[in-house]
Amino acid sequence: MNSTEWPLWEVFTQKKSGLPFEHAGCIHAPDKEMALLNARDVYSRRNEATCLWVVPSGAIVSSTPDDMGSFFEPANDKIYRHPNFYKTPGANFD
Amino acid sequence: MKNLTEQEREKKFQERIDRGEIIEPKDWMPERYRSQLIRMMSQHAHSEIVGMLPEGNWITRAPSLKRKAVLLAKVQDEGGHGLYIYSGTETLNISREELVGEFLSGKAKYSSIFNYPTLTWADIGAIGWLVDGAAIVNQTALAKCSYGPYARAMVRICKEENFHHKQGYEILATLMKGTEGQKAMAQDAVNRWWWPSLMMFGPSDKDSPNSAELMRWKVKRFSNDDLRQRFIDRTVPQADNIGIKIPDPMLKFNETTSHYEYGPINWEEFYNVIKGNGICNRERMKARRAAHTDGRWVREAAEAYAKKQTAKGIEA
Repeated sequence: MNSTEWPLWEVFTQKKSGLPFEHAGCIHAPDKEMALLNARDVYSRRNEATCLWVVPSGAIVSSTPDDMGSFFEPANDKIYRHPNFYKTPGANFD
Repeated sequence: MKNLTEQEREKKFQERIDRGEIIEPKDWMPERYRSQLIRMMSQHAHSEIVGMLPEGNWITRAPSLKRKAVLLAKVQDEGGHGLYIYSGTETLNISREELVGEFLSGKAKYSSIFNYPTLTWADIGAIGWLVDGAAIVNQTALAKCSYGPYARAMVRICKEENFHHKQGYEILATLMKGTEGQKAMAQDAVNRWWWPSLMMFGPSDKDSPNSAELMRWKVKRFSNDDLRQRFIDRTVPQADNIGIKIPDPMLKFNETTSHYEYGPINWEEFYNVIKGNGICNRERMKARRAAHTDGRWVREAAEAYAKKQTAKGIEA
């Protein structure tokens, strides 16, 4: 069997313009042009996307689950970053 | 997590599962969880790919342009489903090449349902209604499984299966409004596909070697028998609705339990097909291997083109 497996790409779809891109899954393709075509055929056969991103999987940098605690810890004790931390007696902020 | 023993890690893993947390590719998982998922998911992916063959058989002979377009779209979906699940499986540190290799060498299994032949047009109706109907029941349960990439692939697949399911039923409903010959053709297809569809849920749980472990890990959320019952309860009224008879003389509705009771399943047939002795086992493997070999020039051309672009300085 051919031992040169095509590179892996991560596929992101945008449902409609203005919305954020969302990870849909992966595909294999030899180049970026084919990556887009394959991504369309696999992840948007029913207009699930109006725009597609394909990114070589190796280019994604991810935090690891082992860091989960310490890495995100600085956000934990800053409840004053949320609007509901503040008391605004009587005033209407709607 | 780094200084924990294997046992402590497994305990923490089980606690995460028990809390209903979803396991993601980079999370620690027991080796056995990983290998069981690879086995299940790759079998599932292979089944989607082989599933294109029995229906592909009728694309050129569909009775109208509309039916042909629909069937083409359905078969293309099956290919897409295979690809979603393969890419989900690859997150478990196994390459696509290994997965396809295990399939083509015959080492990996696929669902035994696809080793039955599609003899008439009505079979396309029966497959959509019964085989995809059973698959939906199975996959709706798997959409809540503990492994994130598998669950997400199932959500996507279930949406698409609903079209498959209804188009199959529509084919049979149309035939049942036709001539005596067409009605007989529809009934004959259901007679042949009913029991193999019930077998799709796998052996009774007491005879299913992997069930307990997979339930504990919430890879399986319901037992084979429960899912089979759910399928029967949903399907029998749909058969009544178009005048199709379910080929089971023991089938009857139990007013007390609100479930249908059904006759014994011929598990000998099931195991025999799994062993490779179904009507189409050899033909299916031959067709898959031929597709792989015949497609080689396309893959090589695409690779050569990519290389040429890189050489020209255009980033691949």
